Amino acid sequence: MAATETLAAVSGSLGSIGYGLAAIGPGVGVGIIFGNGTQALARQPEAAGLIRANQILGFAFCEALALIGIVMPFVFGK
Amino acid sequence: MSADQTQLAFDWSCRIMSDNGCGFPAPGLHSFLFKPLATVGGFEFNKVMLLALLTSILVVAFFWAAFGKAKVIPGKLQMVGEAGYDFVRRGIVYETLGKREGEKYVPLMVSLFFFIWIMNIWSVIPLAQFPVSSVFAFPVVLAALVWILWVSVTFKRHGFVGFFKNVTGYDKSLGGVLPLVMVIEFLSNLIVRPFTHAVRLFANMFAGHLMLVMFTVASWYLLNSWMVPAAGVSFVMTIVMILFELFVQAVQAYVFVLLACSYLQGALAEHH
Repeated sequence: MAATETLAAVSGSLGSIGYGLAAIGPGVGVGIIFGNGTQALARQPEAAGLIRANQILGFAFCEALALIGIVMPFVFGK
Repeated sequence: MSADQTQLAFDWSCRIMSDNGCGFPAPGLHSFLFKPLATVGGFEFNKVMLLALLTSILVVAFFWAAFGKAKVIPGKLQMVGEAGYDFVRRGIVYETLGKREGEKYVPLMVSLFFFIWIMNIWSVIPLAQFPVSSVFAFPVVLAALVWILWVSVTFKRHGFVGFFKNVTGYDKSLGGVLPLVMVIEFLSNLIVRPFTHAVRLFANMFAGHLMLVMFTVASWYLLNSWMVPAAGVSFVMTIVMILFELFVQAVQAYVFVLLACSYLQGALAEHH
């Protein structure tokens, strides 16, 4: 067994990189929701109330992931 | 964290380019911990509890004043109260639970909505400037309340076996994947859902408060030598973030109540 040799090291806050990665998915999701919501509103303006409620519901489900990402460094960080 | 660290650590002399060599006093967990204002028999009463108490007094007092002596032709206050009550009733409860089933839950949902909204709004009120719901215990208790209501309504409506059928999403037509679906649905409905219900509100207000504190502290920190324009940018960002937070606070109260209603809708629905 060869002794492990450190070839590269990272210093600083890895949490910020992690959060950046974690925000990609929810970002795409929120974009899809509001994009499709706007399209639905344009196609059927009379269903505005129902569309808006469902849009915000979907937005909340997506956004939760990004928000858990914000909190996790505080929970598991040193 | 020790008691003396609990106040927002902010050193007035800490400025960029100053000689005392202190860095940016970044906000963190310490921005959410407070020294007790008073100790009543070993019970430490701090600013967050004071704000929570004020919130409940405000909500009760407002609706008391609006509806205490309700008239057929409403006065100004009653008009505002009715508009708020009707918003939750028509916009959230009727949309999800329907008129017949929903009417019973309207008072709870209205109180939840306004309680959460006012708890959030403290975030931008001068001198208070702290969202009560960014302390995890508050959303947890509210989510637990909804969870207990949901569980008991499901039990009442479907009986013991029906409860487990409802919670596990039992559906014979699924065939082979049914056991897998049942395990996932069971965990998702009973454990993950109340957790995310609480975390959604908490994390939104937590992140919002961090952001407000950061831009506010940065505005002061940057106000030195040639960095003054940067302080201006930071100050403008503070104003923009406050406006954005006002929006987020209302949306989060709305979402919390909407989700509570949609969980109840699952409990009231006939299983097939």
